[in-house]
Amino acid sequence: MNAPIPTDLGPTAVCIDSRFTVPGMRCAGCIGKIERGLGAVPGVAAARVNFSAKRVAVSHVADLSEDQLLEHIRKLGFEAERASENPLARDDAETRRLLRALAVAGFGMMNIMLLSVSVWAGAGGETRSMFHWISALIAIPVIAYAGRPFFASAAMALRYRRTNMDVPISIGVILATALSLYDTATGGPEAYFDGAVMLLFFLLAGRALDAMMRARARAGIEALLGRMGQGAHVVEADGKTRWVSAEHLAPDMVVLVAAGEALAADGQIIEGNTSFDASMLTGESEPHPARTGDRVYAGTINVSAPVRVRVTAAAQDTAIADIARLMDEAGQSRSRYVRVADRAARLYAPAVHSLAVLAFVGWLAAGAGAHQALTIAVSVLIITCPCALGLAVPAAQVVVAGALLKRGLLIKDGSALERLAEVDMVLFDKTGTLTLGEPRPVDLGVLDEDMRSLALALAQASRHPLSRGLAAALRETGTTPVQLDTIEETPGSGLTACWQGNSIALVPPEDQSIGLACDLLIEGGRTRIAFADPRRPDLPQALTALAAEGVKAAILSGDRIATVEAFGRELDLPARGAMTPADKLAELDRLRAEGHRTLMVGDGLNDGPALAGAHVSIAPGSASDVSRQAADAVFTGERLMPVVLALRAARMTRRIVRQNFALAAGYNLLAVPLALAGLVTPLLAAVAMSVSSLVVVANSLRLANAAKERVA
Amino acid sequence: MTILGFLIPLALLMGLIGLGTFFWAMKSGQFEDLDGAAQRILIDDENDPV
Repeated sequence: MNAPIPTDLGPTAVCIDSRFTVPGMRCAGCIGKIERGLGAVPGVAAARVNFSAKRVAVSHVADLSEDQLLEHIRKLGFEAERASENPLARDDAETRRLLRALAVAGFGMMNIMLLSVSVWAGAGGETRSMFHWISALIAIPVIAYAGRPFFASAAMALRYRRTNMDVPISIGVILATALSLYDTATGGPEAYFDGAVMLLFFLLAGRALDAMMRARARAGIEALLGRMGQGAHVVEADGKTRWVSAEHLAPDMVVLVAAGEALAADGQIIEGNTSFDASMLTGESEPHPARTGDRVYAGTINVSAPVRVRVTAAAQDTAIADIARLMDEAGQSRSRYVRVADRAARLYAPAVHSLAVLAFVGWLAAGAGAHQALTIAVSVLIITCPCALGLAVPAAQVVVAGALLKRGLLIKDGSALERLAEVDMVLFDKTGTLTLGEPRPVDLGVLDEDMRSLALALAQASRHPLSRGLAAALRETGTTPVQLDTIEETPGSGLTACWQGNSIALVPPEDQSIGLACDLLIEGGRTRIAFADPRRPDLPQALTALAAEGVKAAILSGDRIATVEAFGRELDLPARGAMTPADKLAELDRLRAEGHRTLMVGDGLNDGPALAGAHVSIAPGSASDVSRQAADAVFTGERLMPVVLALRAARMTRRIVRQNFALAAGYNLLAVPLALAGLVTPLLAAVAMSVSSLVVVANSLRLANAAKERVA
Repeated sequence: MTILGFLIPLALLMGLIGLGTFFWAMKSGQFEDLDGAAQRILIDDENDPV
C-alpha cells in the first residue's frame, strides 16, 4: 500500500540514488505527496521518504539531474536541499554495535538468571554442577562479545598508562568469569556468571542510551536546511550551466548566483547589479548594494537580482577560511573539559582497586585460603562496579535531552548539558539570534483579505528572501492562497501572474533607496509592503526568565555601534557593536579570566570562533552550517525561550545526577562492608545491582517534565 | 528431571530466535524511520481499487 511507486523504465535503465533533506515534512499527507509526486516524474524509479530524518531518497535515471529533482520537490510545495553523503554512518555504526552488544548481553543474562534462580532455590549436587556448566557455556561467548567495548576502552587507557571507569569493570568481569569457571570445574558451590553478565547489560544500557542521544541530535541538526553556499552553478563556455560543489570550485570559473542563493566562493561581479546580505559574515542586518566590478564574499546571500561572478578564491582560500582557523584554535580549550562521570571515575577507580587488593591481602593475613581471599576480592570488585554510576549520568541526560527535543532544542551530547549547568553569563549576537535574521513585513494591515490571498499565492512561488518572509507571515495569519496557474518569476523584476483576467504582480519598488520593501500590483493599483528584521516574539519574556535564573546577559554584535547600542538600551542590556570575530573571542577570553562561565548564542559565520571558544554555545536552526557545527546545541523555531529552558533543564539535570551519584554511593556504602566481610553471595549481588540501577533510572525519569515552561 | 534436557535447550532456542530476529530487524532497517511508520498508516492510497 505504501510501497514506493515503481515506474516502468524498461529493463536497461541504470538508476542512481540521490538524497535530499526536506525539513518541511510534518505529516502523513506530506509523505504521500512527496512520494507520489516524485514517483510520477518521468525518469524516477522510486522515491522513499524517511520521516524521522526528514529525508527523501530518490532512485532515478542518470539523465535526470539533482537540480531538476530539487525543482520538482519545490513544485510539490517543499523546500529541499541536497543531503551530504550519509554523514551519520559512523555514529550510526557505533550505536548499532552497542545495541547488538546490549541484545546479546540481555539474552545471556535472562538465560543465566533462569539457571541461577534454580541454584539459589536449592538445586544441589549433579543438577547444580550441570547448571553451572550450562551457564558457563552461555556466559563465555556472551561476555567475549558484549564486553568488547569495555575491554577495548580499558586496553586503550592502560596503554597510555591511565585509568578510567572501564578498567575496574574489565578486571572485575574477567576475574569473576575466570574464578567462576574454576569453581565450576572443581564443583564449587557458587558461580558469578550471572553477576558478570548482568553488570555488562546494565553498563551497556547506559552506553547505548548515550550513543542514541547523540545520534538523534545529529540527525536533527542535519535535517535543518543549510543556508551556506554548498556549491554553485558554473557557466560553461557554451553558455550552459552545471552544478559544482563548493570544494571543486576553482579561481576564474564564472558562476551564476540567483536571487536568494548563497555564494560558495569569494569573487568579483562581472555582470549584474544586486545587493548582498552579509549578516552571516558581519552581523549587519541591512543588505549592501553590489555592482559590476565589486568584490563579494563566500557566505553572503544574494538578495535581489541574479549576477555572474568570477571566482577569485575558493575553498580553503576564502575569507571564511580565516574564521575556520580562529575556530580551530578556540575549540582547543573546550576539549580540556572533563566530564562528570570521568571525574568521578578518577577518584573511584583507584579506590575500588585498592579496596579489592586490601580485601585479598587482609583475608590472606587473617588465615583464609588463596581461593577464598580471591572470591572475596572479586565480590568486592563486582559489588562496587558501578552499574548505578554507569547509568547515573546517561539516564538523566537522555531523559532531559528527549524533553528538550520536544521543545525545539537539540543537544549534541551530554557534556554540553553538564557545561550548560555551570553557566553564569550569556552573550547574544544580535542579527539572527535576538532578531529572526530574515525580513518580515512590518505591517500586514496595509493588505485586505483578498490581497493577502493573492500576495501569498505569488510569494510562495518564489525563493527570494522577501517572498519567503511575506509567505511565512501570511501563513501565520491563517491566509489561504488563491489558485494561480501561470506564475512567472523574472529575476530582479519580481513575480507576475494572471488572476480572473487581471494581471497581478509582486515587484521590487522602482526607487531602490527605499530599503527593504516590495510592491503588490493589482490591476495597476500599487500597495507598498515594507520589511524589517523583527525581534523574536518572546524576547522580553525570555530575557526576564534568564534574569530570574540569576544569569547576566549582554550583546556582542558585528553590526554598527549606534544600531547595537540603541538595541541594547531598548532591552536594557549592555551591548557592544562593530566587533570582529577576533574581538568576540578576546572578550570571551577576558570573561573567562575573570572567572565567568559563558554561554554564547549566535548564528553567523562571524560568531563561529566565539561559539567554539565559549564554555558552551547554542545556535539557532537558521544559522550557518559552520555555526551549527561549532555550537553544542541548536534551537529551532522563532522563539528564544528554548535557550532559557535548556539552561534551566541543565541545572535540574545536574541536581538529579548528583542525587543519582549519592544513591549509588549510598548503595556502595552498604554493600562494600558486606563484600569485605565475605558475606556477598551471587544472589545478593544480583539483587543489589538491579535495585540500585532501577532506583537511579526511576529518579532520572523525574526529569521528563524538566523542560516545561513554568508560568512566571 | 529428564524434562530439563528438553526444556533448557528449548528456552535457549527461543532466546536465540528472539536475538536473531532483533539482529535481522536492525540490519534490514526496521528502526530507520520510526515516526514515519506511525504516519504512513494515515496515507490514503488513491490507487486502491476498492
